Amino acid sequence: MADTATARRPFSIKRQTGFGFIAACCFVMLYAPILILVLYSFNAGTSIAIWEGFSWRWYEAAWQNQRVIDASITSLKIATAAALIATGAATLAALATTRTRPYRGMTAIYAAINQPLMVPEIVTAVALLIFFAIIKIHTGYQGLGYLIAAHTAFCIPFAYLPIRARLENMDLSLERAAADLYASPWQTFRHVTLPLMAPGIMAGAMLAFVISLDDVVITEFVKSGGQDTLPTYMLGQLRRVITPEINAISTVFLAISIAVVTVFFLLNRKGGKT
Amino acid sequence: MSDATANGQAMTSGELAGEEARRREVRNRWLLATPALVIIFFAALGPLAIMLVYSFLEKGNYGGVIWEFSTDGWFGVFLKQDIFDDTIGFADAHLSIFWRSIKLSLMTTVITLAIGFPTAYFIATQPAKWRPVWLFLVTIPFWTNLLIRTFAIMEVIRNEGVINSIFIAIGLIEQPIQMLYTDFAILLGMAYVYLPLMVLPLYAAMERLDFRLVEAGYDLYANRWQVLRRIVIPLVKPGIIAGSILVFVPSLGAYVTPRVLGGGRNMMLGNLIELQFGQGRNWPLGAALSITLLVIVMVALLFYVRNASKGGVQSHG
Repeated sequence: MADTATARRPFSIKRQTGFGFIAACCFVMLYAPILILVLYSFNAGTSIAIWEGFSWRWYEAAWQNQRVIDASITSLKIATAAALIATGAATLAALATTRTRPYRGMTAIYAAINQPLMVPEIVTAVALLIFFAIIKIHTGYQGLGYLIAAHTAFCIPFAYLPIRARLENMDLSLERAAADLYASPWQTFRHVTLPLMAPGIMAGAMLAFVISLDDVVITEFVKSGGQDTLPTYMLGQLRRVITPEINAISTVFLAISIAVVTVFFLLNRKGGKT
Repeated sequence: MSDATANGQAMTSGELAGEEARRREVRNRWLLATPALVIIFFAALGPLAIMLVYSFLEKGNYGGVIWEFSTDGWFGVFLKQDIFDDTIGFADAHLSIFWRSIKLSLMTTVITLAIGFPTAYFIATQPAKWRPVWLFLVTIPFWTNLLIRTFAIMEVIRNEGVINSIFIAIGLIEQPIQMLYTDFAILLGMAYVYLPLMVLPLYAAMERLDFRLVEAGYDLYANRWQVLRRIVIPLVKPGIIAGSILVFVPSLGAYVTPRVLGGGRNMMLGNLIELQFGQGRNWPLGAALSITLLVIVMVALLFYVRNASKGGVQSHG
């Protein structure tokens, strides 16, 4: 505010009338609904509109709700498995597509890896529904494997991007120095390249984890009975009478996402500096 | 920059070691990419091909398909046949859903651009020390769950929600305004959830904006509006296109937001597709609709790639 006030007297070339105001509205618009949602999770009453005082009752209710617990466990299982597999595959793929002169098929690999980002989620969801229905008929397998496979596929590009960025900004002289000192290619990779890549790999794994945790559409179409994740459970609840219990679950969910993303940014900033 | 040195390095060593080493390297790189490619092939790319096949099959009575060639699925995307007199006409219900999807997606793009452009400009003109903080504030909603953000909007615009409560309390209205379960609700929800997707690429373009050009404009007696229109907007055009595509594409395929805020009656393409796999029990039609959506999205992306590469040539030259 002080900035715009002083900027008015000496002519500022950067100033545009009203832009600061719209930006302020934008930030209010982004955060007000979320803050209201969090606020009502502490409501003592059963309404999500009328404030009746502070209480933890809805957090307790959610904590004791067996379906919420089951859905949370399913979510965590899928997100952990998908993030681990996706990060592994993405790390190898990043090594395959950086620090070389373009080779035959490199663009094709790049396009294939990023394909899940380009196709609308609903289209992938429906295609997987069809494909997995065929497999289910032929094998009879009903487990979490389908969801893990689907999540892994769309997590790969998110894990791939930070790892690739990290590799591209890496100093090659250290690896050359290791080779000069008679390190084998494997030793060089294990003791030089991998530690340098580590922040990128961590960042990629965290993004993949959050993306998997957040997914609604693909999970909704691929899941079999009793495989609700937290988001699909919530989607089902929104059709019924809503109590602040949903707000309480949302608030915990938000807190986890924000914590992971914050750590991701700190990792990335540190990575950028060294 | 490091890319260029890496390329140079690979080239000299490649020339020294000869064609054989080069071939081995390419093979190793393909091997490294294999796990990711296999997963994506089986859980993303391959199923799309199967869906294409399904769109040309006969529909099964209880969902699924009968393995006989049929174009009924594709026929049903835009047309319908009268059950009594067999006359062929346009499927009005489908056309109106296509139209609503495109209309709402375009409006979402325009609204997010109108809010996102000034916001990105504001962030880009802040002191360098504070820019990452502002940017982080835009990024946090982007990484939080879309369903939760849609639910948050739902709470705000419900009949008993915050907006109606305030309006009634200050005596502006007596009855709550029905906002939830309307096209307006879908529009507001999509603008809200996709706003960060507009701000981020716009900011990336504006961060590189050379303000000496703006200064030159003022020296030549341009006013603020002329500077914005003739200097700033043309320079950040790649960012505007990128942001518009990033908002338009997911809006067109939106499923959660119209389902939660549109309340079943105000469907968009995503919901129409789901319907064919649920109550509609018409998998071939659903598959054909999905591919139609995919084609529209691909056309939009191609438009973007062509424009982006043009912009790239300009900035290098």
